[in-house]
Amino acid sequence: MTDTLNALPPVTTPPAAPVAEKTEHNSLLRHARYVMAENAVTGLAFALFALIALCALIGPYIVPHDPLASDTAAALQAPSWKHWFGTDQLGRDIFSRVVVATRLDFIIAITSVALVFAMGGLAGIAAGYFGGWTDRIVSRLSDTIMAFPLFVLAMGIVAALGNTVTNIVIATAIINFPLYVRVARAEANVRREAGFVQAARLSGNGDMRILLGHILPNIMPIMMVQISLTMGYAILNAAGLSFIGLGVKPPTPEWGIMVAEGAANIISGEWWIALFPGAALMLAVFTFNLLGDGLRDLVDPQRRT
Amino acid sequence: MLKGPTPEVDTGEALPLLDVRDLTVEFQTRRGVVTAVRHVNISLAKGETLGIVGESGSGKSVTSYAVMRILDRAGRIADGSVMFSNLDLRQIDESDMRDLRGREMSMIFQSPRLALNPIRKIGHQIEDVLLQHAQADKDVVADKAVEMLEQVRIARPRERYHAYPFELSGGMCQRVVIALALACRPQLLIADEPTTGLDVTTQKAVMDLVTELTRERGMSTILITHDLGLAAAYCDKVIVMEKGHVVETAKAETIFRNPQHAYTRKLMRATPRPGIGLRDLLPEEEAARAGAIGAAAAGSAAPLLKVEKLVKEYPRQGAATSLSRLFKSGPTPEGDVFRAVDGISFEIARGESVGLVGESGCGKSTTSMMLMRLIDKTSGTITFDGEDIGAIPARDFATLPQRRRIQMVFQDPTDSLNPRFTAARAIADPLLRLSDIPRKDLRARIEELATQVGLPLELLDRFPHQLSGGQKARVGIARAIALKPDLVVLDEPTAALDVSVQAVVLNLLQDLKDKLGMSYLFVSHDLNVVRLLCDRVIVMKSGQIVEQGLTARVMDAPQAEYTRDLLAAIPHPPI
Repeated sequence: MTDTLNALPPVTTPPAAPVAEKTEHNSLLRHARYVMAENAVTGLAFALFALIALCALIGPYIVPHDPLASDTAAALQAPSWKHWFGTDQLGRDIFSRVVVATRLDFIIAITSVALVFAMGGLAGIAAGYFGGWTDRIVSRLSDTIMAFPLFVLAMGIVAALGNTVTNIVIATAIINFPLYVRVARAEANVRREAGFVQAARLSGNGDMRILLGHILPNIMPIMMVQISLTMGYAILNAAGLSFIGLGVKPPTPEWGIMVAEGAANIISGEWWIALFPGAALMLAVFTFNLLGDGLRDLVDPQRRT
Repeated sequence: MLKGPTPEVDTGEALPLLDVRDLTVEFQTRRGVVTAVRHVNISLAKGETLGIVGESGSGKSVTSYAVMRILDRAGRIADGSVMFSNLDLRQIDESDMRDLRGREMSMIFQSPRLALNPIRKIGHQIEDVLLQHAQADKDVVADKAVEMLEQVRIARPRERYHAYPFELSGGMCQRVVIALALACRPQLLIADEPTTGLDVTTQKAVMDLVTELTRERGMSTILITHDLGLAAAYCDKVIVMEKGHVVETAKAETIFRNPQHAYTRKLMRATPRPGIGLRDLLPEEEAARAGAIGAAAAGSAAPLLKVEKLVKEYPRQGAATSLSRLFKSGPTPEGDVFRAVDGISFEIARGESVGLVGESGCGKSTTSMMLMRLIDKTSGTITFDGEDIGAIPARDFATLPQRRRIQMVFQDPTDSLNPRFTAARAIADPLLRLSDIPRKDLRARIEELATQVGLPLELLDRFPHQLSGGQKARVGIARAIALKPDLVVLDEPTAALDVSVQAVVLNLLQDLKDKLGMSYLFVSHDLNVVRLLCDRVIVMKSGQIVEQGLTARVMDAPQAEYTRDLLAAIPHPPI
């Protein structure tokens, strides 16, 4: 049925809008505004993302209390005007800790996703494009990773490599590796025989140029969705590792540790210790999941008319 | 449940089967409401065949979708009435409509493979339709399905009942689709470009079948096509549409002889047919401006390209797995390899254009891919300007200096342009990779090329999806000639274009050849198009050359039986 729409005369020949005169940068901004205005959910996702990014950037400078300063006199206070989210067992301000923790969780998520995008994405498109042995090796490697329960695998990696933030990033990247490989492989595979790839070959492009200059940009929209989904997953994974005592060590503020610390107090009625960092975690994951569609629309040239 | 309309009983002959009055269809789009069809009137009598002809964007498909009420969600019938015998199709509710579709009115779509469920046996798919509309009981439905296959002239219907769509050829799939459409003996059949993408001989077989069945059953048929010749050859009445309007309605015999509307005349002029020259395709005023075509360059002594005993073999599907061989008894009759190209030899002189003609699967595309050094040959030699380029592996060829001397224009202008490259970037690609043009001169060279192929310069910064089919074709041609190649392979460069655009592009190709002195290998299934552009023709069948010679000789006095069949299958409108 898409045929029907394509067949409409005024749509197939777009009016000579002065798009070309505007700079690329300008048109991208206008496009971003259009994408957000068109879809309220996307607009909301970008707003939440901006909030999270802002907390990560300037959070430590604006919080009302020192996130590490304990004040045993004010321990286990319920939310109030002085302590918006209450205080924990050591009297530390939970609001300040939740805000400050954003940066660490954000960094873990972004670096691990960047790492897995570079590794998995490239391995995947190489597998899809070359096929044969490249494909066999990459695919079996990702199958092997998939065969483990992923969180247990991440635990194992962190336990083996040592309890540091770097190793959490590596572990998170490794368990997401198969997801990127599979998407990139499938997308590259269908484009391998596309006319524009043949044409690129005729224009004198070698395999590497075709992979990186022609195929990769074309699968970016779908990779963007993958990136935003795994971003949420990466945060969850990092928090999960911290929750069970691997990864980030106390007293560093981190959502996973804070939930773990507060878990014991839920029964005795101090619900706020676990609830607020948990809610922050949920909001972050929710934001990244919502972001996917919007990001795809942003990088898809078909949407930019 | 709706009662089947019985026009003979309660109305009489005067009432048409389908009466569309003042039909207007609108689409809700990002840029506001777009009117796709405006005030269209169609009247179709019982047993009549009507052709709706128009180029893409004319609204011909939308009209038929509106009649079937299968417009997509953005579209709606804004005005007018659609009467099917005595039913008002705009008023009756969706469940009745669903009942009508398939039983009283059915449709054949363009791509037969997409219209069939790929993982269900074709016999079962026909049964589904019969059971859905309660046309047969469970115990006899299989026999009825076989009977249907027999009626659409499928050989060995009882065996083919168990076939999956992928096991059948394109023509055969289209027959199955016709069987599906006709299973419930509908009164109205709408065929939307039923033969686009099929070979010319298959097209003839399918169209002959449709007309025969229509006549046998007294059905009414609407044939939607871009091919005025096809419509005139097979229809009683022809409607010509342009930009959502009906511009002309006429009897098929008269429309070719005496077209009334300017647009019809333009369409007719642009349709390649025997006995005309390339310039005759263009509208009169442009043809005059274009000037004469340069004489064919006299071939110099050494041919530019010489192909000798070229062979390409592929492993037969399934033959490679030893497991399947274990379970099959007896030897496989045809061996483990399939010869797509079977020892062909030919030459192309400098400045000559040679047509390579054949039906799908004849090996013409494989041949051109081998010449382009995109795939490796199995054996034989490809000598280009004295050098055996066939010996160079295809993998390495992309970055060699010889690459710039052989270029190609692809069949599908959309598919062959990177969706993320602007037109300028697409044209620049070969220049950046294979020439030493300084960066500062690049833009000037791109603009020069764009001017040569007639692409307005302001379109250079657009992405492919912002360009029309003809504009995309021009970008593809500009890219191919950017490096001033000696040989250009044209792989059905106009197959995806409207006839009027095709006329312009063919003339452009001829002008470029005259100006730049290139040689062309024109790969096509359309003999009428080849006739216009080529000095010599090579006819291929099943990987072998059955005939080659000067175009006029092959066309007017074909030696091979197969060439004669091909020529005979081209639809002959009643002139």
